[in-house]
Amino acid sequence: MNELIRRTAAELAAAIARGEVSAEEVTRAHLERIAAVDGTIHAFLHVDGDGALAAARAVDAKRAAGEPLGPLAGVPLALKDVFTTKGMPTTCGSRILQGWIPPYDATVVRKLRDADIVILGKTNMDEFAMGSSTENSAYGPTRNPWDTSRIPGGSSGGSAAAVAAFEAPLAIGTDTGGSIRQPAAVTGIVGTKPTYGGVSRYGLVAFSSSLDQAGPFARTVLDAALLHAAIAGHDPKDSTSIDAPVPDVVAAARHGDVRGMRIGVVKELDGEGYDPGVRRCFRDAVELLAALGADVGEVSCPHFDYALAAYYLIAPSECSSNLARFDAMRYGLRIGDDGTRSAEEVMALTRAAGFGAEVKRRIMIGTYALSSGYYDAYYGSAQKVRTLICRDFEAAFQRFDVLVSPTTPTTAFPLGERVDDPLKMYLADLDTIPTNLAGNAAMSVPIGRSPDDGLPVGLQIMAPAMADDRLYRVGSALEAAYRERHGRLLIDELATASAEEGR
Amino acid sequence: MTAQTVAGAPTAPLLDFDDAVAAYEPVFGLETHVELSTRSKMFCGCATTFGAEPNTQVCPVCLGLPGSLPVANRAAVEATIRIGLALHCTIAPWCRFARKNYFYPDMPKNFQISQYDEPLCTDGYLDVEVDDRVFRIGIERVHLEEDTGKSLHVGGATGRIHGADYSLVDYNRAGIPLVEIVTKPVTGTGRLAPAVARAYVTELREVMRALGVSDVRMEQGSLRCDVNLSLHPVGSTTWGTRSETKNVNSLRSVERAVRYEIQRQAAVLHAGGRVVQETRHFHEDSGVTTPGRSKEQAEDYRYFPEPDLVPLAPDAAWVEELRATLPELPLDRRRRLRDAWGVSATEMQAALNAGAVDLIEATVAAGAPPRDAYKWWMGELARRANESGRELAELPITPADVAALCELVASGRLTDKLARDVLDGVLAGEGTPHEVVAARGLEVVSDDAALQRAVDDAIAAHPDVAEKIRGGKVAAAGVLVGAVMKSTGGRADAAKVRDLILRTLGTNS
Repeated sequence: MNELIRRTAAELAAAIARGEVSAEEVTRAHLERIAAVDGTIHAFLHVDGDGALAAARAVDAKRAAGEPLGPLAGVPLALKDVFTTKGMPTTCGSRILQGWIPPYDATVVRKLRDADIVILGKTNMDEFAMGSSTENSAYGPTRNPWDTSRIPGGSSGGSAAAVAAFEAPLAIGTDTGGSIRQPAAVTGIVGTKPTYGGVSRYGLVAFSSSLDQAGPFARTVLDAALLHAAIAGHDPKDSTSIDAPVPDVVAAARHGDVRGMRIGVVKELDGEGYDPGVRRCFRDAVELLAALGADVGEVSCPHFDYALAAYYLIAPSECSSNLARFDAMRYGLRIGDDGTRSAEEVMALTRAAGFGAEVKRRIMIGTYALSSGYYDAYYGSAQKVRTLICRDFEAAFQRFDVLVSPTTPTTAFPLGERVDDPLKMYLADLDTIPTNLAGNAAMSVPIGRSPDDGLPVGLQIMAPAMADDRLYRVGSALEAAYRERHGRLLIDELATASAEEGR
Repeated sequence: MTAQTVAGAPTAPLLDFDDAVAAYEPVFGLETHVELSTRSKMFCGCATTFGAEPNTQVCPVCLGLPGSLPVANRAAVEATIRIGLALHCTIAPWCRFARKNYFYPDMPKNFQISQYDEPLCTDGYLDVEVDDRVFRIGIERVHLEEDTGKSLHVGGATGRIHGADYSLVDYNRAGIPLVEIVTKPVTGTGRLAPAVARAYVTELREVMRALGVSDVRMEQGSLRCDVNLSLHPVGSTTWGTRSETKNVNSLRSVERAVRYEIQRQAAVLHAGGRVVQETRHFHEDSGVTTPGRSKEQAEDYRYFPEPDLVPLAPDAAWVEELRATLPELPLDRRRRLRDAWGVSATEMQAALNAGAVDLIEATVAAGAPPRDAYKWWMGELARRANESGRELAELPITPADVAALCELVASGRLTDKLARDVLDGVLAGEGTPHEVVAARGLEVVSDDAALQRAVDDAIAAHPDVAEKIRGGKVAAAGVLVGAVMKSTGGRADAAKVRDLILRTLGTNS
């Protein structure tokens, strides 16, 4: 294991800026790591070795020319395959987009390129971000680096696994109901869902427009903050993007301090259905926060019990409309165009062949929920629940600066365990969904390994909209406490194990 | 009453129009789509120029590429609010766009961004005049949406999708801002229903022109109509089942479609049948409507609020700012001009239909008496425009030219006959009226001595006629007048010549 791939993004950027190592060397080290382990992990759907090396060399040339470099210049990154990338395939984990090469870059991608971040390639995901295990990818599942018989979480499982397996120090994911936080939790890394509107959605292929949000994965809270800062900000191309200064997440990550912070433990996000090991780790972490000087209390958010049900009406409704454009007319897969069939028949054949079972299930649920005569009962009611959940958050944030819960009720479950039981699969997002419905910010930070199975457990921190910096304050404090107690980060245990295997 | 059929399939039995409106009262409504003439499209920065090479005015947004997002065009929102204000509507302080979901190859996202239960403008009216009566047409709503692309079906006999060898789609039009204006049901028009419907669309077009928000060229599809119509027996208070006729895309078609549906539905009812609630298609060539899909097959559009756009919340100050930009409304203007020009409502209507109002007004502004200006544009010039298949405004003559012509006639320098010759010259590109008069030597002979010589010559050449006149047959003077006109090349004032002849022959009183 090349030592370079164990370094944090902040360290790599500093080393590149000082000329201790070239961006090209850093990129090569990561490409070699991908070549070595991705046959097993399958985090990537597409590796752009030439493009990455060219981008790295451009950073080296900039440095040689004495041009100023950004805080993450030359650092490699894995990009979830749900963002459009000019000249690079974008599949969304779906057969229906096989072979599509977008003619434009997503705003997030443009910002990454502008920041001289090196894009290694595109990562695996549940098809159109629908899933919690990455098993819904049309291109095969991704495996959890902690235990390759287990899922890496989803839908951004490829991005999380890439970071946890040291294939990249940074990754971008998207989170519609927990798709950044849950994979981060089960792979032992940091993942943030920024405030809705905090990061542009332009070029993010929509699953559920009112819920989708892009965010960072990293192995440290500071790295996540640096990447968060690089991609956040107002975008005139996204009407729902917030036109206000981005909270200073980097400063917050550098000054992890919870003294005097009021932290609320959400009563409804605990209890039945939660692994004892997860509960145990969570309790320990809450006690730690109190020990660090936080003012910890319990808070009830009664409508969170209905969040999952509301989510599974709103998200499918929006997706049934968003995914209508995949009709074989302009791009992607086309089935049955033999000159004998009508456009409608070609559309139907293509969609039947191009979409997987979970996508079809959600399109059908959403189509039904929006139908005339059912709209009020389903979509309309779900929107009312959404309003009530927002009010629960508002009330809770009157009393607390942040709220906390386990990120997901269980540790990484075995591949195949829930593929035939969608309802059980949906429970993986029980804790994360309320935040998406309310448009708030949340983060998952690793807090230890479950005594049950030795697998990573994450703690979710939830903050009000546009108070993303509070996530980093709390996350950074927990991370520092963990490092102090164990002498290393949770993910370093995996690095050691991995290095031992490699010997 | 007798039922009749129109020639050529497909046909439906029709009742005589007079019989139909004697027995049944029509209720109709119009949905009009107006393409706004904003520089860029509704939700992206693409150009909106008509007639560009197919698929050259497109981008990821209007092609609906995965990941793209719409951003509302402020100029289009402003135009819609101005239309709403001109139609006396209430402007919503808060409203949203909605997605209308249905699959069609010329719709890039397979949903159209439109407005559903929260339109930008509601509850207004537009007054129209027909036969000197004013009809107040209620406006239900005015909302903003995006246009679709255009399909071109190649091969096959009909040019329609069925039977075509293949189809091509041009997305240049996709995303052009479209305003939909929906009337309330229009009642009480009786036999005038076709004329009122036409007058409404005509007036609406004038309003759009006055506001400068659309080219409103029906032949280019920038103004398109759907006609809803039902009949009920005269005296009944329960309305009948309506049909919705699509593709009514000219003023004449609006009138014909309403008339046709009245006759068709009346025949159905007269035969004891029931009108089917359905979408019908108007055929420009034959003037008939044929059935499309029925209500049972109708699509469920699954409307829901567009999550990619933030709500529109026009504040009162902005609305008032826009209200201040409203021009004088066309009907108010026509009423004012009617009084100023001393023409009747019918004459004004004719001028409106001929596209002459602006031209007459400019001619009057250039100094011509209103009556003369009206006469030239609606007479001689309208005839010539008609003959050459052009619009009045397309004729190569300016209001200033017409004013100059009026002045030349009023001052006696040109006769009406000579003025028409001058007009020929101007239209042939020979210059202004004064230049044509000078170049062609068309001015009236005003030199009395020269005219007297011509009269003397005529008398000398026709002694027998002169004798008759002296004998009291004054009517015979016409022959001598003709001779003088001939010898002066028509440049003499005939009345003056006649006076001179009679005086010379001593028969004048």
